Amino acid sequence: MSNNEKIASFIGKKALRLTSLLIIVCFASFMLIQYSPIDPVRAYIGEMPVTAEHKAKLEAYWGVNTPPQEKFLNWAGDILKGDFGTSLIYRTPVIDVIEERFTASLILMGISWLLSGIMGFALGIIAGANQGTWVDKAIKTYCYALAAAPTFWLALLLLIVFSVYLGWFPIGLRVPIGVTADNVTFFDWLKRLILPAITLSLLDIAKITMFTREKLIEVLSSDYVLFAKARGEKGLDLILRHGVRNVALPAITLQFLGFSELFGGTVLVEQVFSYPGIGQTAVSAGLKSDVPLLLGIVIFSTLFVFFGNLIADIIYEFIDPRIKQQEALV
Amino acid sequence: MGNKAEINPKKELSTGLETVAGDRKKTEALLTVEDLSLSFTQYASGLRQTELKVISNLSIQAYKGEILAIVGSSGSGKSLLAHAILGILPLNAKLDGKMEYDGKKLTQERKKEMRGKEIALIPQAITYLDPLMKISNQVIGSVEKEKESIMKKLQREVFQRYGLKPEVERMLPHELSGGMTRRVLVSTAVISSSKLIIADEPTPGLDDKTLNETLSYFKDMADKGCAVILITHDIEAALKISHKIAVFYAGTVLEVANVEDFKNNGENLRHPYTRALWNALPQNKFQAIKGHQPMQDEVIDGCIFYDRCSKKKAICSRGIPQLKQVNGGVVRCNNAS
Repeated sequence: MSNNEKIASFIGKKALRLTSLLIIVCFASFMLIQYSPIDPVRAYIGEMPVTAEHKAKLEAYWGVNTPPQEKFLNWAGDILKGDFGTSLIYRTPVIDVIEERFTASLILMGISWLLSGIMGFALGIIAGANQGTWVDKAIKTYCYALAAAPTFWLALLLLIVFSVYLGWFPIGLRVPIGVTADNVTFFDWLKRLILPAITLSLLDIAKITMFTREKLIEVLSSDYVLFAKARGEKGLDLILRHGVRNVALPAITLQFLGFSELFGGTVLVEQVFSYPGIGQTAVSAGLKSDVPLLLGIVIFSTLFVFFGNLIADIIYEFIDPRIKQQEALV
Repeated sequence: MGNKAEINPKKELSTGLETVAGDRKKTEALLTVEDLSLSFTQYASGLRQTELKVISNLSIQAYKGEILAIVGSSGSGKSLLAHAILGILPLNAKLDGKMEYDGKKLTQERKKEMRGKEIALIPQAITYLDPLMKISNQVIGSVEKEKESIMKKLQREVFQRYGLKPEVERMLPHELSGGMTRRVLVSTAVISSSKLIIADEPTPGLDDKTLNETLSYFKDMADKGCAVILITHDIEAALKISHKIAVFYAGTVLEVANVEDFKNNGENLRHPYTRALWNALPQNKFQAIKGHQPMQDEVIDGCIFYDRCSKKKAICSRGIPQLKQVNGGVVRCNNAS
C-alpha cells in the first residue's frame, strides 16, 4: 500500500468511526435522559408557584408529550444545524456555556496532562534504569499508593493541608470572591489553578511512571542495548541514547489514550475545588435537569476523548518507525 | 552496569595449549581462553536454586592475522562465549577460568574498557541495531563532540569501501536490505579499529553472493592484522576463510583443527565428532550420526560425546578426557593419537 492510499484509508475509517460513535452516544444519552426522572418543565419552573393551566401550557411548549423518537429527531436535526439549544440553568445558549467552561477545563487538564507526562516519564526512566534498587522500590511504592487513592479523597487531602492548614492557596473557585472579572489578575487565577492541576496530575503520574518503567526495562534487555554495551556505551549515556528515545513514543501514545481518564478525573477535582470547568458544569446540569446542556457536554466530551485516541493512533501508525519495521518483517 | 561474572584466578590448569602454540612463539596469541566455564543461577521450583552449566572447560586461542572459526550446532552456547569475552553476560551468570588479552589478564574492568575499542562484536541480526536511530549515528557510536567530525569522515570512508551509498547514513534499520544490514554491522567493527573481532553468526540466511562478500570482509580484517573469531553453525562457510576450526559441542571445544585437516574422508581430523560433522556435509558422505547433543542440565561424568561415539572405550565414561596436542591441533579425546 502506498503512503497516500494508507492515509486516505485511515482518514476514511476514522471519519466513519467518529460518525457512528456520535450517533450511538447521542442516541443512548438522549434515551437515558428520556427515561430518567428528569423533568425539564420542573427545572424551568424552579421554585416559582404555577397553576396547573400554566404548567400544561409549558408542557405543550416544551413538547413533553411528543413521542421520544420524534423528540430525538427534532433535537438531532437542530444539533446538525449547529443549534445546541438554550441552557435552562444559565439561560444562555448551550454552546456559549460549553465554550467558556471547556476553555477553563482545557487549561486545567492541559497543565496537569503535561505535568503528569513529564514527571511520570522522568520517574519511570529513573526507576527503570535503577531496577531493583531502593530508588526503584520507592518510586514503585509511591505509584501503587497513588493508584489506589481515590481522586476526591486526594483532592480533599491537598485542600486540607495546603489551603486550610498552611494557607498557601485559596480554598477554591476560579476567581476571588467579590472581584469583578476585569480586576482578576493573572496571579489570582494561577493561584487557584495550582492545587487542582497538581491533584489531577498526581493521579496520572502513577500510570505513566509504571508504563515507562516497564518499557525501559524491556528496552534495556533488548539486543540493541546489549550491542551498545558491547561497543562500550554505558551508564546515563546509554540510557539517553537508546532508552529514552525508544520509550518516548509509546509513553506519549499512552498519555493521549489517557484523555478519557483525564476527563473523568476533572469532573471530581473541579467539584471538590469548586473550579468552574466543564466537569463541574456537567454535574450541575445533571443535578438541575438541564437537558440541553447535559447533552451538549456529552457530545463535546465524546469529541475530546475521540481526538485523544486519534492522536495516539496517528503516532502509532504513521510516526513510530518500529511499526513499519514490524510490518516489513511480517 | 556491573557484572558479577568474574574470572577466578586460582585455577592454573595446564591444557597443553602452550605446546601447540610452540611454533607460533613469535606471534603471541592475542586472546587466550583457558578452561572457561559459564553457568547460570536459576530458580527451579519455589526458592530452590539450580546452576545451569552452559560452557565447561573451554579453551581457545586467537592469533593476530588469523581467523578462528568456532563451529557448533545451535544451542551449544556459542553466542554466550562471545558475550563472556566481552563481559556483557546477564547478572545471574557465573564465569570461571582464565582469559588473557595481549598477555595480560582480562578482568571485567578491562573488558569494560576494551569493548568497542580493542574488542569488537559483529552481531548476527538487525535486532542489534536501535530501531529509532539513524544508521550513521549507530555506526559511529557514542563519541565525544570533538571527535564527531573525524568519525563522520571515517564512517563515510568505511561506507564507501563497503559499497554503501551515502543515503544509507540517514536510513533507519528497517529500511536496510539483508546485504546492507550485513555491511552496516561489519562497518561498526571496522570503524572501531579493534584488534579482536568476534563475529557472531554473521552469515545466516544469506544468498551465496552476499555470503562470499561477507566472508571476504573477515578475510580482509585478518589480512590487516586483526584476530577474527567467527562463530557459526555453517561449517562450509567457516572452511572457506578460516585458518583454524574449533569444534564446539555441548558447551565445550572438542577439537581445534587446522583448515587443511578437512579433506578426503576426514582421516586427519582428531575427534570422531569433527569427522562426523565433515562426513555429514552433502558433498562428502552426507551421513548423519544418531542422537543429539546432551541437554544443558544433564550431568555427564565422562566424555560428553560418549553416548554418540562409535569408538568409545570403558575409560571414556570416567572423567573428562584431557586436552592434548595431536598432529598440530588439539583434541579432547582418549582415542586420538
